[in-house]
Amino acid sequence: MRGPGESATERILLVSAVVSASVTVLILGFMLVMALPLLRGGGLFSLLTQHWEPGKGLYGIYPLLITTAGISSLGLLLAFPLSLGCACLIGLYGRRPPGRLLRRIVQLMTGVPTVVYGFVGIFVLVPLIREFFQTGSGMCLLTGALMLSVLIAPTMILFFQDSFERVPRSHLAAAEALGADRAQTLLYVVLPAARRGILVGVILAFGRAAGDTLISLMLAGNAVQVPGSVLDSARTLTAHIALVIAADYESPEFRSIFACGLILYLFITVITVLVRRLAMPESGERP
Amino acid sequence: MNRFREKALIGVSWACGIILSGIFFFLVAYLARQGAGVIDLKLVFGETPPLEALLLRQRVFDGLFPAMVGTFLLVCLSIVLAVPLGVATGIYMAEYAGARVKDLFNLVFDVLAGIPSILVGLFGFALAIFLHKHFSNRIQPCLLISALALAFLVLPYIIRTTQAALEGIPGETRLTALALGATKPQNLFHVLIPQSLSGMLSGLILAIGRCAEDTAVIMLTGVVVSAGVPTSLLGPYEALPFYIYYISSQYAGPEELLRGYGASLILLLLCTTLFFAAFLIKKRLTYLALYRP
Repeated sequence: MRGPGESATERILLVSAVVSASVTVLILGFMLVMALPLLRGGGLFSLLTQHWEPGKGLYGIYPLLITTAGISSLGLLLAFPLSLGCACLIGLYGRRPPGRLLRRIVQLMTGVPTVVYGFVGIFVLVPLIREFFQTGSGMCLLTGALMLSVLIAPTMILFFQDSFERVPRSHLAAAEALGADRAQTLLYVVLPAARRGILVGVILAFGRAAGDTLISLMLAGNAVQVPGSVLDSARTLTAHIALVIAADYESPEFRSIFACGLILYLFITVITVLVRRLAMPESGERP
Repeated sequence: MNRFREKALIGVSWACGIILSGIFFFLVAYLARQGAGVIDLKLVFGETPPLEALLLRQRVFDGLFPAMVGTFLLVCLSIVLAVPLGVATGIYMAEYAGARVKDLFNLVFDVLAGIPSILVGLFGFALAIFLHKHFSNRIQPCLLISALALAFLVLPYIIRTTQAALEGIPGETRLTALALGATKPQNLFHVLIPQSLSGMLSGLILAIGRCAEDTAVIMLTGVVVSAGVPTSLLGPYEALPFYIYYISSQYAGPEELLRGYGASLILLLLCTTLFFAAFLIKKRLTYLALYRP
């Protein structure tokens, strides 16, 4: 028994869903169409391996790729132990004041605008790095990575902590029955059982670090070069997109930013698929 | 057995907790110290009389008023564009989609949620060029294009929170009205949606927070440093986060820098309050939003 109102409702909802889904496809489509002239005839290879020297007709984004990989990995490397430690503290003192307080702080931190991190970074962290290492302007890969680690830590902590809470109660009860205290339970029961959740948190944080624009744009210096050390100025894919404003919409310089976009898009898709496989084993097992 | 490892775990955990809290409190205290002194009517309206500015009779040149109005309009417009589409999609996903369609769309929306905001901005920019070329040369990067791009940015939040709130309703609640003879839409509008309003609300608040803080999208789609209060949907506009970004690299003197601190503090308070409220309303749903890079 389906009234006319019933199928009309369903049709409207279906159209909305299709429109929403097509946004995802449309973004990919725009990137592809705009980047296509660069990718034709082996262009992809030279794009990925060449250097960026518009004066000489070279529009390679190799230095940007290296910088994005470097800054995200370094940020992750710094944030991972910090986040795991914080998640453990919340796990140790779940309902008691230290754990609850830290959780509230972490929740508040997820709301801090990226541009505010960048702003404070410029006026506090950059002078600090400049004074400490006595070299350059202080805007470098390390400065960006340090601030990135602060940006991605709350995401990781909340995911880690969430995966701790999903450990079956029976495991915890068994540990308690064996006389384990909270630290022992966390170390020998919860952490091993939550390994998969920890991995998911790390992958997501990596994606977030690679996709962030403002921190690297404001703090990493933006010189297009393969950074030789963490104290070198460098430009990420995202910052490159934000910076290239060409007057000529047909120029290869302008098209290259869509190639950057395409690479980021594909990277995020891979991360999403990976996370879905890991986070939902039952759907991952289906062919 | 191995007491050392347990003691080390506790010690390291405390150290990490203290470091992270320290960073956060330093950030807040630093901005508060630098910025709290300048937050007054002069910061917002500059030398213009507040009433004249509010009635749009006089343009404010050395205050945050145009940027605040710009951000406010941007948020309203994006939400108006994103909420109907997002809620309808969420309802479809939770109540109507078949298993295979749902699997596919779930993946598509996960990807959408993961797309970095700069790409959404680039898409908005490309869209503006495309429309300019093929439809009307009045279209350029502007308030409307920014709002549209931001709507796409927050669309997955709204879809996800709506969908999760509906799917979380227990089976008995779901079946009662149907058993009493209600049609599916009646059940939906009179039982299921009212039941999941708090979940949808948390999604809405998060979306507002994201629209207010995002800088990467708007810097490619039409925000400018000085435009005054926006007069047209197709014109340029100012916004708080972009103002902060601009001041950080281009400030002309200590007074402008102080305005930057004031703007940062205002934006920080606004966004942390919004995100915190979303967490208080629905903790679990809020995790979904953190997928976004």
